[in-house]
Amino acid sequence: MIYERRELDRLKEKRETWEKENKNLSRREVRFTTVSGMEVPSLATPDILDSFDYLSDLGFPGFYPFTRGIYNTMYQGRLWTMRQFAGFGSPEDTNQRFKFLLEQGQTGLSTAFDMPTLMGYDCDHPRAMGEVGKEGVSVSSLADMEALFEGIRLDEVTTSMTINCTASIILAMYLVVAEKQGVSWDKLDGTIQNDMLKEFIAQREWICPPRPSVKIVVDMIEFCTRQVPKWHPVSISGYHIREAGSTAVQELAFTIADGVGYVQECIERGLRVDDFAPQLSFFFNVHNDFLEEVAKFRSARRMWARIMRERFGAKDPKSCMLRTHAQTAGCSLTAQQPLNNIVRVAIQALAAVLGGAQSLHTNSMDETLALPSEEAVTVALRTQQIIAEESGVVNSIDPLGGSYVIEALTNQIEKEAFDYIKRIDDLGGIVKAIDVGFPQKEIADAAYRYQREQDLGEKVIVGVNKYTYKEERPLSLLRIDDVVDGSQKERLIKIKSKRDNESVKKHLRTVADAAREGKNLMPFIIDAVREYATVGEISDVFREVYGVYRDPGYF
Amino acid sequence: MGENRRVRILIGKAGLDGHDRGAKIVARALRDAGFEVIYTGLHHTPEMIVETAIQEDVDAVGLSILSGAHNYLFPEVARLLKEKGAGDIVIFGGGIIPKEDVRGLIEKGVKAIFEPGTATGEIIDWVKENVILRNL
Repeated sequence: MIYERRELDRLKEKRETWEKENKNLSRREVRFTTVSGMEVPSLATPDILDSFDYLSDLGFPGFYPFTRGIYNTMYQGRLWTMRQFAGFGSPEDTNQRFKFLLEQGQTGLSTAFDMPTLMGYDCDHPRAMGEVGKEGVSVSSLADMEALFEGIRLDEVTTSMTINCTASIILAMYLVVAEKQGVSWDKLDGTIQNDMLKEFIAQREWICPPRPSVKIVVDMIEFCTRQVPKWHPVSISGYHIREAGSTAVQELAFTIADGVGYVQECIERGLRVDDFAPQLSFFFNVHNDFLEEVAKFRSARRMWARIMRERFGAKDPKSCMLRTHAQTAGCSLTAQQPLNNIVRVAIQALAAVLGGAQSLHTNSMDETLALPSEEAVTVALRTQQIIAEESGVVNSIDPLGGSYVIEALTNQIEKEAFDYIKRIDDLGGIVKAIDVGFPQKEIADAAYRYQREQDLGEKVIVGVNKYTYKEERPLSLLRIDDVVDGSQKERLIKIKSKRDNESVKKHLRTVADAAREGKNLMPFIIDAVREYATVGEISDVFREVYGVYRDPGYF
Repeated sequence: MGENRRVRILIGKAGLDGHDRGAKIVARALRDAGFEVIYTGLHHTPEMIVETAIQEDVDAVGLSILSGAHNYLFPEVARLLKEKGAGDIVIFGGGIIPKEDVRGLIEKGVKAIFEPGTATGEIIDWVKENVILRNL
């Protein structure tokens, strides 16, 4: 405890007197709650922290429970990685954007794939009609992946790939591209999102039902632990949970619950917790509510540390560290007066930095209208550079630590998130909770509540329900050429005529056999993609062996 | 069908796009406003949506598309509805749809596109004014 009991009691008394005096003062008629609806103390004093203990609740950066940061030197040692998500059109288009971003001083790549790739369809599948290259880059076979990383040495960049139900196939292709560049797998550094649990909860891209989906995730964790040791085989993601409309507490709780789910599955597979846990990474959203967001990141680190040590008996401090990527909240951006989004993103990015994130994507101002233009992406990246180089917030580690209100919110968010974890444990774990739609319904309720508050004007969105314009000034937007569709199909046709189709068939059968026998699929998928078996063909094997998941359509 | 039939609306997610926050909120808001609402769930093809619309005798179809595929999916649903003799079903929608695409969609049979930030009340009012019971 920082303060003596007696001192706290005296403080509490004084505060109550002060509160009584204020009682009759007029206040503005707004609700002083966070964007998630959480009460915030109107004045925080040390007595509200009560049993707060500096060493066990905060400690030092780089040490358990990592509340103040996972590294000893934090941003003085190394700035966060500025990682702008990019991907559109053909692999060549995205390859050019990658090279542009690297020239602009970006330090890591982050790949967005198009919907067909994400859902396991090749660009020539009828279900891919109208979607090829639209929301990200189109990848059907190894040939596309080779074009995507052409001229970029894979041992010189760290690559993040946002892909889930087809992650095993895309990672396999990345490994084969490395092999062809002569880069050994132990030199590869990066992250593949590969968090299937949150797909069923929020992002909603899937092929098979939850259980086989998690099995493949665990295959990848096991494989990477042995063969690609620097790689992060899963990025446990709250981002999409928040985008789907959850509160900050729900985002944290369901993400940590997903993490618990994977750790449990890996242990059941026979892996030792300290062998794989250091490679787990996280991905959180940063929304508008500055104090709530800073606190959320701090709670997240402390919760994960406590769970890993107390629940799973992790010994290695690295197993207890919650490494996280952060992205500003897409759902907070407005189509109206889009320049205002630059300001929102700056506030959110600052919260992520003060929250101690390891890497950050800042959204572009035009993303509610289209994929970002080069100008918009540059402003978004510059926002991070200004925070890093001009604002001075990197001079002191966890500079908001010890703020009474930040510590109070950190405690409160942690407590409420642990309450959710308890409810999920009582339901029999996260997969069962998903089966009965528990997190899905909680999020849908929160999203609806938020929309109601916005419609009623209880929550102000500047430019949308207050301070509106009659006429909007249009931005110039990025257009995706429909030609992509045709050129991608041509490449696929060419590949299919050039490759050894007998060998492809044989390898696809081997993947299917391995799936039926419950073997780790990774080595078989790698062999198949090396022969230019496609995303769609391998996904078809998953569909055939494991079945297809259908959306229960809760609303 | 009896005279007391309520307006029925199908809220649909077409294509591979998984962003369903908006669709679910609109479905719920329309239901709370007294309409009969059917929600398709995710990942439906235009054919599946049109088939459901016809089978369920809906008066309107609202599509939510955030994947950039709107210029294909909206016209395709409109075309198929007409082809199956259900061209009187009102089509509306929303999502990430640039303003300059809206006119083209309207020309191809979409009655209204709501942009991000639209209040649910505005959509409800619009449906009340623009969707009438079809002659079944």
